[in-house]
Amino acid sequence: MTRPTKTEQQKILIESITRSFAMSFLVLFVLLLGISGCTKRETRVAVGNREQTFHIGNGGEPSDLDPHTAIGEIEHDIMLALFEGLVNGDPKTVDPIPGVAERWDISDDGLIYTFHLRKNARWSNGDPLTAHDFYNSYQRALMPSLGNQYSYMLFPVKNAEEFNTGKISDFSQVGFKVLDDHTLRIILQSPTPYFLSLIIHNSWYPVHLPTVEKFGKIDDRNNRWTRPQNFVGNGPFVLKEWKVNSHILAEKSSTYWDAAKVKLNKIYFYPTESSDTEERMFRAGQIHTTRECPQPKIQVYKATKPHLIETYPLLSTYYYRINVTRPPLNDKRVRQALTMAIDRKAIVENITRGGQIPAYNLTPPGTGGYNCEAAFSENIDKARKLLAEAGFPDGKNFPKFELLFNTLESHRAIAEAIQQMWMKNLNVEVTLRNEEWKVYLDSTHRMDYFITRAGWGGDYADPNTFLDLMMTGGGNNETGWSNLEYDRLIKAAGATRDQKQRFAAFQKAEAILLDEVPIIPIYFYTRSRLIQPSVKGYYGNLLDQHSFQSVYLEPEPEAR
Amino acid sequence: MIRFIARRILETIPVLLIIATATFFMMRAAPGGPFDADKRMSKEVRANIEKHYGLDKPLWRQYVSYLGNLVHGDLGPSFKYPNRSVNELIADAFPVSLELGLWSLVVAVFFGLLAGLIASLKQNTALDYIPMSIAMLGICVPTFVMGPLMISSFALNHDWFNATGWFFPRDRILPSLTLGAYYAAYIARLSRAGMLEVLNQDFIRTARAKGASESNIVVRHSLRIALRPVVSFLGPAVAGLLTGSFIVETIFQVPGLGRFFVTSAFNRDYTMVMGTVLFYATLIIFLNLVVDIVQVWLNPKLRFE
Repeated sequence: MTRPTKTEQQKILIESITRSFAMSFLVLFVLLLGISGCTKRETRVAVGNREQTFHIGNGGEPSDLDPHTAIGEIEHDIMLALFEGLVNGDPKTVDPIPGVAERWDISDDGLIYTFHLRKNARWSNGDPLTAHDFYNSYQRALMPSLGNQYSYMLFPVKNAEEFNTGKISDFSQVGFKVLDDHTLRIILQSPTPYFLSLIIHNSWYPVHLPTVEKFGKIDDRNNRWTRPQNFVGNGPFVLKEWKVNSHILAEKSSTYWDAAKVKLNKIYFYPTESSDTEERMFRAGQIHTTRECPQPKIQVYKATKPHLIETYPLLSTYYYRINVTRPPLNDKRVRQALTMAIDRKAIVENITRGGQIPAYNLTPPGTGGYNCEAAFSENIDKARKLLAEAGFPDGKNFPKFELLFNTLESHRAIAEAIQQMWMKNLNVEVTLRNEEWKVYLDSTHRMDYFITRAGWGGDYADPNTFLDLMMTGGGNNETGWSNLEYDRLIKAAGATRDQKQRFAAFQKAEAILLDEVPIIPIYFYTRSRLIQPSVKGYYGNLLDQHSFQSVYLEPEPEAR
Repeated sequence: MIRFIARRILETIPVLLIIATATFFMMRAAPGGPFDADKRMSKEVRANIEKHYGLDKPLWRQYVSYLGNLVHGDLGPSFKYPNRSVNELIADAFPVSLELGLWSLVVAVFFGLLAGLIASLKQNTALDYIPMSIAMLGICVPTFVMGPLMISSFALNHDWFNATGWFFPRDRILPSLTLGAYYAAYIARLSRAGMLEVLNQDFIRTARAKGASESNIVVRHSLRIALRPVVSFLGPAVAGLLTGSFIVETIFQVPGLGRFFVTSAFNRDYTMVMGTVLFYATLIIFLNLVVDIVQVWLNPKLRFE
């Protein structure tokens, strides 16, 4: 008997190892690949178009869906489907249109709003929705122990701030009155012409208190009534599934007063934190629309598939804060020089490249019909002259200072460009410092910076949401800047109902701001999102608010 | 053996206590808190929220009450996701990470051993160089490159898989391959080196001289010794597969625990940071114990120590 040689044995062994591994892998692969085989599968989007199921990339995992504790845009966009306030935002313009209130009366002095609620408005469990529900909801929203971070949205109401800060404890003194089951009266502290725009916000949504109470204390943040199995809402859709970091499913509500007009059957929200992942989901036909488009892809889509991308301006400003308590930045001329020596057009055209608009003032154009008339100019000669007047001819002896931003590639690119512009135009040297988000917030709050990057998005469509930012001691001012005339003008604007007078006061105030420049406006944000042409009635707008009542999906002709 | 295991389990208690203490105080020393946002909240609201979570008490009292709850297995409510407890979030997310980790482990061991064994038996031939070069590539290419490459090849250019998600059995394949690739490469190199070392030893020559068949030599005489470095690598590898899946989970939209592990730190979600750190610490200690036991089984010399 001859035995196989060592090499032959090895060969056989390797073959058998390879074969067994390969076989088991093949079996595994085929098994996992599934029954559907390799035929071209119908995408989620195509199925959705047929069945009116809308798939949305929604940016990130919502922290909660309680309208009185949730604060972010991600949460807001989902709550738009699940709740409805007294008034809605028009799907195109976000102007106030009837919501649960079918009409309202405003007293001549602009202080008393009387809302007439629809008699057919219902909660998703079938309970009628009455003025008492709103009254109780607002009481909850203002309870100090709830810790509602957006409670200030209700402060235009008489005594609301006093109740929320614990100065009074009797809610009947707050300006809410139930006249009957379907009539709610709201009395304001001072005429607030943008009041109707304000109450579109989710902090003004009603909640079903019997449900909230069933699952815990009404002022407990950790209450579990927003879980899908517990949830009761009053919006066009109702929460059905919520799997953390996977998806949220909202289904059409049969009890919604206008259910006959709602065309979508289901909405899926996907919490996709990475915009690159979101873009791949879009390309693979898994979602109809993304929250944003990755910055490097914007130009690619615009050039090759312009029908899949849309860009629209937002009520949001990118700016730098200046710490006016630190020399030499306490000198207005230095601040002006720094402001004038930046080429904003170069930044939006070469760095951000998403159609952003160079900002020469703080309030974005068209904020509630207001357009700022004052502006500073970009003028390098003048900037040099101002710097020389301040004691730094040709940037000589200008002390070293720092530019702080939160760690993000796009902020770094802008900071580097500005660093170079200041160096080239003014011969002043700024060093860059980046910090992780929460550390950056902490440094900013403590004013441990010279100049820091900032962004501000309006809560409602009125210049007040931008201009009251810079009032003395305002929580988000954080520059140390204070100007009594500015404060007076903003307060005066809040005390009158006459839109002309208000805007005149805002114009004067903003002119002061742009002369003093405690902040350096850089650009107004835009949103670029990817969207399938089959999505209809889902509009981009200044507040980036998209209601779902009128959205529908139209299968593309060639897909049929 | 039982005494050994019991002693090791007892040892974990002070280790976990040290980890809990260090994490607790380091986390609190970090600037910024769970409720800092770009829109700053009023002092009154902040005071009310802090009171709700007991953050207004002195730090040492918070620490003591946290440990008290920990003894009862209560990790507290998440600060970032207020309608969920940390226990629930971990209980929901960990099985997903575990499944992803196990599939990746299958990928890693399967391809790693296959390549390693063949390469060692065919040392210095194409069958050695090619798998080992691929393995080197596997070690070098980071998952955040590998993942998108996998998606664009197999989900976008060929419609074989879904680009993201964790809904169907086939959704497991791309993430597991991506996550497992690095470990497969490592195992390939380790098992090759281990085999080569053993195959050159005297007792193998003796076995060959006595006429033992080649498969007998590989399977009975060599493998058990050659796999020792692989096994000791598997302990940290499993831990790495289970904890290090943040990038893969983000790229493939997998609802696992790896994402919480990282994002909770960014969010300063104190209870969630503590919960995930302690959970993973316990897991790693347990896995190391298992590895030690397997080592003893593989290497009789260790039994006396």
